[in-house]
Amino acid sequence: MKWATLAALGALVTFAGVAADPPSRPAQKSQEHLEVPPPPFTEGLFPCTGCHAGMPVNRTRRKLTEMHDDIVLKHDEGHRWCLDCHDPTDRDSLHLASGEKVSFEESYLLCGQCHGEKLRDWRAGVHGRRTGSWSGAKRYLLCAHCHNPHQPRFRAIAPKPAPERPSRVSP
Amino acid sequence: MESNAPSPAISRRRFAAGAATAAVWIMTACGPKRLHEVPRARLKKAIQELERQYSSNHSKQITVSDAPPLPGVEFAYALDLSRCIGCRRCVYACVQENNQSREPQLHWIRVLSMEKEKGVDLSHADPYYNPPEVPEPGHFYVPVACQQCRNAPCTKVCPTGATWTEPDGIVVIDYDWCIGCRYCMAACPYGARHFNWTTPGIPEAEINSQTHYLGNRPRPKGVVEKCTFCIQRVRQGRYPACVEVCPAGARKFGNLLDKDSEIRYIIEHKRVLVLKEDLNTLPRFFYFYAT
Repeated sequence: MKWATLAALGALVTFAGVAADPPSRPAQKSQEHLEVPPPPFTEGLFPCTGCHAGMPVNRTRRKLTEMHDDIVLKHDEGHRWCLDCHDPTDRDSLHLASGEKVSFEESYLLCGQCHGEKLRDWRAGVHGRRTGSWSGAKRYLLCAHCHNPHQPRFRAIAPKPAPERPSRVSP
Repeated sequence: MESNAPSPAISRRRFAAGAATAAVWIMTACGPKRLHEVPRARLKKAIQELERQYSSNHSKQITVSDAPPLPGVEFAYALDLSRCIGCRRCVYACVQENNQSREPQLHWIRVLSMEKEKGVDLSHADPYYNPPEVPEPGHFYVPVACQQCRNAPCTKVCPTGATWTEPDGIVVIDYDWCIGCRYCMAACPYGARHFNWTTPGIPEAEINSQTHYLGNRPRPKGVVEKCTFCIQRVRQGRYPACVEVCPAGARKFGNLLDKDSEIRYIIEHKRVLVLKEDLNTLPRFFYFYAT
């Protein structure tokens, strides 16, 4: 009886240990190396310092009229604007809520601040498209390759032709 | 008087027995064999003959691989129903990769459009949907191809043993042994097997020259064919063509026996279903909801 109780306790402890483990690796920026293609910059815009280098930083929330007026923000636009993600001082990088700078190559860390469960699935290879080898090296895509960060909703696309209905075939 | 007649050199009984033995020997040892049963050396020769024949038929170099199953690998597939947008990119990537007939049209993947109101309901599914843009509001999409069942009804009914399950879990067809009786098509509850009513019509320029003898090698008229998880790609470690082309990243593929694979992560962490579970076919093709 005593042994049975002990064994049950042991099993419980082991199970709790397993259950407490997070399902994927925690976000450790320094150790992580994920093979990603270059971020999808708009032609001719990057590096941002090309124009912004000498410009004074205007931190007032406003509607942009002189430049970048083609960008329509449909991504929690009531609460966000440019400098929540783009860094005001180091113009060629982004920043997290903590102020820590991240490069455009690691922009998934920025997205993962709100979309944590998507980041976890993406790291496991479950969210998003992957190419490469099922048994070896895999290539990821950045969030921004499929979702425009300013309007992240997936766009509708035209389907390929519907199959033909069965009919007689001539031999 | 009869007893004095000289007995023949060989009695009728011995002749009959000898003839039967010889016939059995000829049929088993000398006769044609299913390609997966023949010794490796003979398979190599048979495959070289196939390559020569296809290359001259299609006037381009066609390679036929005989890559065997990898040890410690059982393939499985998972498709995210919350992501699929029904664009049919997979259907046409599959046609291209696997040398399916263009004329008459033959598709291994059928994408079913279903209403969100009704849920996964095959009796209300429409494969012929054709709106200007997908996804349509109120609809979701279920692409169906071979489910690579662990308890496959199709392989049990084949009268010639032309279809079987490989050790890595892929249900394959030997087109040289298929007699075109289509029993397997009747047995398959997923409509995943397709018959070549004519010689497949494929433009010469579009033939995929990288083939496998149990997969996408050119088929003759009168045989059944189906999805093989792109056997010619996956046995080299690559992803199936439909996985690579999916713009929504809804298609996932991997090794069930590798605990770090995407497929194991999905089965352990997501809501997973199989089609027609009540038939006990035990598919290796899973559908899941990532959200």
